[in-house]
Amino acid sequence: MAQTKVIALTGNQAAAEAMRQINFDVAAVYPISPQTELMGFFAEYVANGEVDTEMVAVDGEHSAMATCIGAAAAGARTITASAGPGIAYMLENLYIASGMRIPLVLLDVNRALSAPLSIHCDHGDSMLTRDTGWISIFSENAQEAYHNIIMSVKISEKAMFPIIVNYDGYIVSHSIEDVEILDDESVRDFVGPSDINRIPYPLLNTEKPVTYGATAQPDYYTECKYQQHVDFLKVYDIVREVFDEFAQISGKRYDLIEEYKTEDAEYIGISMGSSFGTLKDAVDRLRDQGKKVGAIKIRLYRPFPVKEVAQALSRAKGVVVLDRADSFDGIGGPLFKDVSTALLATDNNPFVHNFIYGLGGREIHEEEFMRAFDRLERLEKGIETRENFVEYLQVRE
Amino acid sequence: MSYQLKPWHEIPIGSIVPEAGSSKLNHTGSWRMLRPVLNYDKCTHCLICWIFCPDDSIPVSPQERFETDFEYCKGCGICAVECPYDALEMVPEMEIKLKELEEEIG
Repeated sequence: MAQTKVIALTGNQAAAEAMRQINFDVAAVYPISPQTELMGFFAEYVANGEVDTEMVAVDGEHSAMATCIGAAAAGARTITASAGPGIAYMLENLYIASGMRIPLVLLDVNRALSAPLSIHCDHGDSMLTRDTGWISIFSENAQEAYHNIIMSVKISEKAMFPIIVNYDGYIVSHSIEDVEILDDESVRDFVGPSDINRIPYPLLNTEKPVTYGATAQPDYYTECKYQQHVDFLKVYDIVREVFDEFAQISGKRYDLIEEYKTEDAEYIGISMGSSFGTLKDAVDRLRDQGKKVGAIKIRLYRPFPVKEVAQALSRAKGVVVLDRADSFDGIGGPLFKDVSTALLATDNNPFVHNFIYGLGGREIHEEEFMRAFDRLERLEKGIETRENFVEYLQVRE
Repeated sequence: MSYQLKPWHEIPIGSIVPEAGSSKLNHTGSWRMLRPVLNYDKCTHCLICWIFCPDDSIPVSPQERFETDFEYCKGCGICAVECPYDALEMVPEMEIKLKELEEEIG
């Protein structure tokens, strides 16, 4: 077990602390709120010589990701961070990183997409990345963000896929909490030394020159993508392994999803990120009123924990999926579609409803989540009817 | 040249190409629409065309420019533009082929 100490940190400070302890070889970044402060803290560590990181200030997020891909292909342990429109701008290169099987960490300090311009939190940016072939993990608070970043390095390098660690902009990134920090040595032992030969084809190995990012004609492209598809399905086990290993040094045992009072629950709410605490409070208050309700948090978002979600919902009568982003597709939010699809893996056929909440940093309260449960129950019992699967939870009429 | 297509599990991770110099396998000369025809009377063997050729298709010795390697020359015409002695003329490949055919038939 590692030595630990509890200190008061913001989410961005906790993330910068994890980056310092891991001692990345390269960080290529372009500033954007609410990520700017994170890289400001980390730049101090670089300037003070507390890390060996080569910090590259690039001309935009597209270049940031391109630089990271080059550095990581060379064999460097590499990280970048962005938010909202910055994630949108680097999108093309996200597909290149996963297709080239580059181990790499991207911190997404979740921010809404324009227009209208908003620097505040929702998951619209992260939802852009859901089909990019990156592993994606959500953090509820600064503590989880800190732990997830440490674990992400190992997950990414074992799986040979790039990984996104999400934590909510401002709500987590700029709020101070007690965070339990592990000692430097334990973190460095856990992630292991940065050796270029930990990946199969490092470009810095001049004895064995290779070409990254070559063309694949119609006779090869399908096979390349199928290999990526098969290997991405192996990520579940790799994540579980790393979660287990991490539990041994931190004492904190994570799972792909987190269940709260779901055992006998008739109605279950599902959310990701910082709102889960509010959702658990809503569940407690409804339980006090005698309602059998529970909650699920999705920690590993990509690949989606289909079996775990199906198992957790195998006895529910109704499910309300709480999406912090809209899809504008006439169906529902992204998480709603993922959960609805996962339900194909169970014989249970619960009533599923979808609410959009928390857009552009809108604060969410227990009463609003309680209202979501209430609407779900009334719909499920046929007391009320709906025109669409998806509704907005917090609109001023 | 015929080659065996690999199954998906034999492709190196990340679709990388593990051999160096594999572009030699791609005979890009088949793309050519215009052929750089060299007038040896005008050529001074200054080797400027060799410096500019983007496909390394002009074989040379320190003293001499040899005939273009048409297995790889794409016919981009940069050599003809850069030649200070107008020793290269871009001729449509089709014209050359027709001429060769006429000579063959007689």
